[in-house]
Amino acid sequence: MKLILEKRPERSKKMALLSPILAIGLTVLFGAIIFAARGLNPLTALYVFFIEPVTTIWSIEELIVKAAPLILIGVGLAVSFEAKVWNIGAEGQLIMGALAGSMIPIFFTGWQSPLTLVAMLVLGMIGGALFGAIPAFLKTRFNANEILTSLMLVYVAGYLGDWLVRGPWRDPNGYNFPKSVSFEGWQLLPTIGEGRVHIGALLAVIAALALAFMMSKTLKGFEIKIMGNAPRAGMFAGFSPKKTVWFAMLLSGALAGLAGISEVAGPSGQLQPVISPGYGFTAIIVAFLGRLNPIGVIFAGVLLAISYLGGESAQMTLGISARIGQVFQGMLLFFILACDTLILYRVKLLSSTKPATGG
Amino acid sequence: MTDFNRGDAKQLLEVRNITKMYGDLAANKDVSLAISQGEIHALLGENGAGKSTLVKVIYGSLQPTSGEVFWQGEKLTIANPAAARQLGIGMVFQHFSLFDALTVAENIALALPGKLDLPKLSEKIARVSVEYGLPLVPTALVADLSVGERQRIEIVRCLLQEPKLLIMDEPTAVLTPQEADQLFETLHRLSNEGCAVLYISHRLDEIQRLCHNATILRHGKVVATCDPQEETAASLARLMVGADVHEIKTRSAPQTGKAILSVKDLAMKPDGPFSVALKNINLNVRGGEIVAIAGVAGNGQGELFDVLSGEKLATNNDDILISGIGVGRKNINVRRQMSAAFVPEERLGHGAVPEFSLSDNVVLTRFATSGRIISSGMINAKASQNILLNIVEEFDVRKSGPDPEARSLSGGNLQKFVVGRELDRSPSLLIVNQPTWGVDAGAAALIRQALIDLAADGSGVLVISQDLDEIFEIADQIAVISRGQLSKTVPAGDLTLEEIGLMMAGSHENNAHQNNNDANHASEATP
Repeated sequence: MKLILEKRPERSKKMALLSPILAIGLTVLFGAIIFAARGLNPLTALYVFFIEPVTTIWSIEELIVKAAPLILIGVGLAVSFEAKVWNIGAEGQLIMGALAGSMIPIFFTGWQSPLTLVAMLVLGMIGGALFGAIPAFLKTRFNANEILTSLMLVYVAGYLGDWLVRGPWRDPNGYNFPKSVSFEGWQLLPTIGEGRVHIGALLAVIAALALAFMMSKTLKGFEIKIMGNAPRAGMFAGFSPKKTVWFAMLLSGALAGLAGISEVAGPSGQLQPVISPGYGFTAIIVAFLGRLNPIGVIFAGVLLAISYLGGESAQMTLGISARIGQVFQGMLLFFILACDTLILYRVKLLSSTKPATGG
Repeated sequence: MTDFNRGDAKQLLEVRNITKMYGDLAANKDVSLAISQGEIHALLGENGAGKSTLVKVIYGSLQPTSGEVFWQGEKLTIANPAAARQLGIGMVFQHFSLFDALTVAENIALALPGKLDLPKLSEKIARVSVEYGLPLVPTALVADLSVGERQRIEIVRCLLQEPKLLIMDEPTAVLTPQEADQLFETLHRLSNEGCAVLYISHRLDEIQRLCHNATILRHGKVVATCDPQEETAASLARLMVGADVHEIKTRSAPQTGKAILSVKDLAMKPDGPFSVALKNINLNVRGGEIVAIAGVAGNGQGELFDVLSGEKLATNNDDILISGIGVGRKNINVRRQMSAAFVPEERLGHGAVPEFSLSDNVVLTRFATSGRIISSGMINAKASQNILLNIVEEFDVRKSGPDPEARSLSGGNLQKFVVGRELDRSPSLLIVNQPTWGVDAGAAALIRQALIDLAADGSGVLVISQDLDEIFEIADQIAVISRGQLSKTVPAGDLTLEEIGLMMAGSHENNAHQNNNDANHASEATP
């Protein structure tokens, strides 16, 4: 007996929708096996990981706080990936956005006006976009692979942020802790309601709706779909492949930067050596799980946010490392990419008695 | 060449009555061919004559619908290329399969069966390659090598397996004349050692110089087997093109208006190793006439189309003029706004996006010229659907459902859509590459009629085509492209098939070259 993959005559629309569900199912199944291997009751562990985080108001608020940056970055990446521009460096663009936006409270500590916040958010977007411009330039000028350049720049941004927070941007009255000054008043994002949910969540939903509109109704969305789908036809339509790379990198960079400044002006309230728990990388999974559809990304962002909370919840209740959350994220990405194969191929069982003939 | 004597040589390969059907289309019909040891045998024919199909059958990558294959007198089935290689059949493809990032020796090692001993293999490569006049450095990276050197790797890869029959598909298409000379020496040497060569080409001079026998295919059938030494280039050309092309239809003299498209001394560097350089292209298309560019595929037609359409920009703005205005540096939509329209060769993926609906494919080429489709950056689906309705009705596009994906249409219907999408605008200039390639007869007739009608309405039409029947059916003026050089434009009535066949084989190239030199000298002389 032999398993082979046979190319389908055309893309299976059914599988395109079924694939994420299948992937989630497989992730849960293998998660259960991992829990069992650690000597835990798999059902209890799965409950703690997936269900417990959404059982209290407090944890649902926390879920929204975590989902907001994932969605914000994820929609940008979804557009970028739709154009087949592989921006893997959103984490770096997030950090640069956070650093750029933080310049206002650090250098103009006393400036308090609604404009302060607007300036911070705009600077955050510019910082992320400029950092996304580097791989765009290298790609369009030297044909350097953006996967490599954008990924490597993540570490540049990470070390730059670390150095700034420990060195020149450290709070002079901060007892030598590696932190910037605490942001205050209009240097912080307003919260929605009493808890920790801030308007970053609103920005994420607005971005998703705006990009959903752009992709479905406008010529720009048409251009992005066509350049990702059939670049030769795109050039025939008069679109430029280079401009598409620039647009995708600047857009996804700006949104990652916005997520970065929203993180420091929101939950953190100051710059710290580590700004994000890997939102920029997790958002890659969010974009694919959401089928590169901005509305789908909203749901995927919420689901992936659970994996962060589930990790913490597992650490507290079950006594295993919170890193289990990353294990689940990794499995989910692996399974979704594997299941996506079934969109273009079908699995076929060959009996070994009949030898395959060439030709 | 004189060493080869048919009488002495033992027969190596014979195929008898090979027929290969694709649906109703016979790519090969009753093709028979015999090659003896040490014979260099030419397989000659236009594109689509069935050369590749026959070679694929011999190399085992296609199975014939009917017919027999004999190898050294023994009837057998060649199940796949691996089986062919085991028999001693090697093939050098026109497009190489080499890894740029690996060395010469590593690339060759990948193709060889058995255990790998790189140092020993490298030594063998160096020895064999020098022995056959194809020197190669085994440790060189493929990325650093010229196209000619890359071809040597492919040849040496075959030679290491000590083939009895070597198949070469258009080997000189990518070579400089010097590299080609060197290749011919190698082939003579192989022939003297008893290795047979099946040489596929449409370059008549090469075949006369190199080959002992020639089999000429046309429309999938063998039309002649001959000794090329005893033929003239002209008679070979006539055999290849076919004397049965129907009568040249002299249309009522076209009322030619002013020049709509002018190309002046256009030259383009090649994009990559498989791209053709364009050299000093001069061309005029006047209103009311159809100008056709004939030529065998891969001689620069695609490159010419891209630069005329604006998908690639010319060096100078005045290299290309539309209605007297320079557009060489302007993009395709600027040219469309000047009432030019374009239909590329490849329907799926170039002329249309396979996964997009037909109405979205209307947007593809019409958004820049139809004010109704785009308003403030948004696509008006209603407008593109209305245009689609017009096209469907006027050009009889048969499809499933009101607005299906482009790839669900048959080739002929999709081509009617792609041509109709442009004609629906009544452009004053239409440039179309292979208008009826792979299209059924009914759709082809409809498209040709539409082109003639467009010219009759006073528009200029430039048709790039490999199909001589089509060219003689619709063209008023004919030029021929060969290796990126365009011949002078000649009225269709003044050309015989023989002449056009010779031009396709490159007879105008040297002349053109000579003229350039003269022109250069002249310009040097005048201060």
